Amino acid sequence: MPDKKHDLIDQNLQDLNNDGVDRRGFLKCMAWAGTGLVWTMSGGVPVSRAFAKTYGKDAAKGGDFTFVQISDSHIGFNKPANPDVTATLQTAINKINAMPHKPDFIIHTGDLSQLSKPSEFDTLDQVLKGASAKQIYFVPGEHDMLSDNGEQFLQRYGKGTKGTGWYSFDQKGVHFVGLVNVANLKAGGMGSLGHEQLEWLEDDLKGRSASTPIVLFAHIPLWTIYPDWGWGTDDSEQALSYVKRFGSVTVLNGHIHQIMQKVEGKVSFHTAMSTAFPQPAPGTAPSAGPMKVPADQLQQVLGITDVNYVVSGRSLAIVDSPLGASGSSASAGSGGAWR
Amino acid sequence: MTKKNALIAGLAVPVMIAILLLAGSPRVTATDKPSAANAVTIDNFSFGPQTLSVSVGATVTWVNRDDIPHTSVSTDGLFKSKVMDTDEKFSYTFTKAGTYPYYCTIHPKMTGQVVVQ
Repeated sequence: MPDKKHDLIDQNLQDLNNDGVDRRGFLKCMAWAGTGLVWTMSGGVPVSRAFAKTYGKDAAKGGDFTFVQISDSHIGFNKPANPDVTATLQTAINKINAMPHKPDFIIHTGDLSQLSKPSEFDTLDQVLKGASAKQIYFVPGEHDMLSDNGEQFLQRYGKGTKGTGWYSFDQKGVHFVGLVNVANLKAGGMGSLGHEQLEWLEDDLKGRSASTPIVLFAHIPLWTIYPDWGWGTDDSEQALSYVKRFGSVTVLNGHIHQIMQKVEGKVSFHTAMSTAFPQPAPGTAPSAGPMKVPADQLQQVLGITDVNYVVSGRSLAIVDSPLGASGSSASAGSGGAWR
Repeated sequence: MTKKNALIAGLAVPVMIAILLLAGSPRVTATDKPSAANAVTIDNFSFGPQTLSVSVGATVTWVNRDDIPHTSVSTDGLFKSKVMDTDEKFSYTFTKAGTYPYYCTIHPKMTGQVVVQ
């Protein structure tokens, strides 16, 4: 069953699965550093380079900045493979706080909670309070809108946002857009942005210079990864048509609890690991339910994503770090064009 | 049946009877047990059976056996479960004949239907 999707599967997951998927397929796509992957967007071409070196030199430059993406903390989940998701979120925050370069802010790409319970949001708030980065931007996951159409989420994390929680902001010349694709889902469909949000997005991007780097973030992937499991967004094509004219577009998602990447033209797509539990690679299990791994391997399949924006060249370098990794990792190796 | 299983089964029956006797009047009887024919099990992000046929007046019970919460919501608004976490249930009594499609609002790829005759 040759399946292009399998070429993009996170190596960490493959090591655990040991299911015989051809590893050369994705090694030629990605440069791996054992604990982290670095690549830099430069005119739409992904180039990998040494992570540690880059940070040391560039992080101090005026205008450059770093932010961290965390995702799918699922506070309240208490089953195998992770009976203590609060502890692993805490580990993620500790890791962020220990970074040599202090991130300007954190983005949480949804599924903060397991069941949208006030106590779950309270616990999340307690842990996030300990983050050195005080500014945290959120978008909801489907788990955050379970019983009240997201009312509580909006009150807690979406003040001043539009509709079901979408918004945009600027940071040192980069335009960030938080989108909601988990509201009002239709039977048989996948994620959905909806007409109102799409109109807002078109308007929000209108008049911005094509040289403005754009970062879109939303919970469910804005590219179709695996329709059988609903891993995609039905109307994402339209959203992406609005960003086509921009020179650098980065799309950050969660939901699938594993790293997947794709570059299409000048748009690079990226999904983050969860801080709670891993999910199987597409089609490798009967369903997308939590993947059970031995306790000593759990921290290798949970993690955070670190994004470094370098003004010179308007590039974004994305680094995924499993929670179990210590210190920063360096990536050497050839930049890969993939597909 | 292997000898070992036969032995276990032989032991299990008197043990179960003893438990029921100890508990006083048996709590679960054949009559108030939800009929398996009117049950939908949520497992591996799917409704099983996907199409369930019942008679008018039947009460259908959904039970979630996944580690992830699900809902069972009628596409045309007739019924709407609360979020069912693991092992939680939802029941609805169908009083009119018809075909009733439903889905999980959290994972909308999950769809099913109840046919009431």
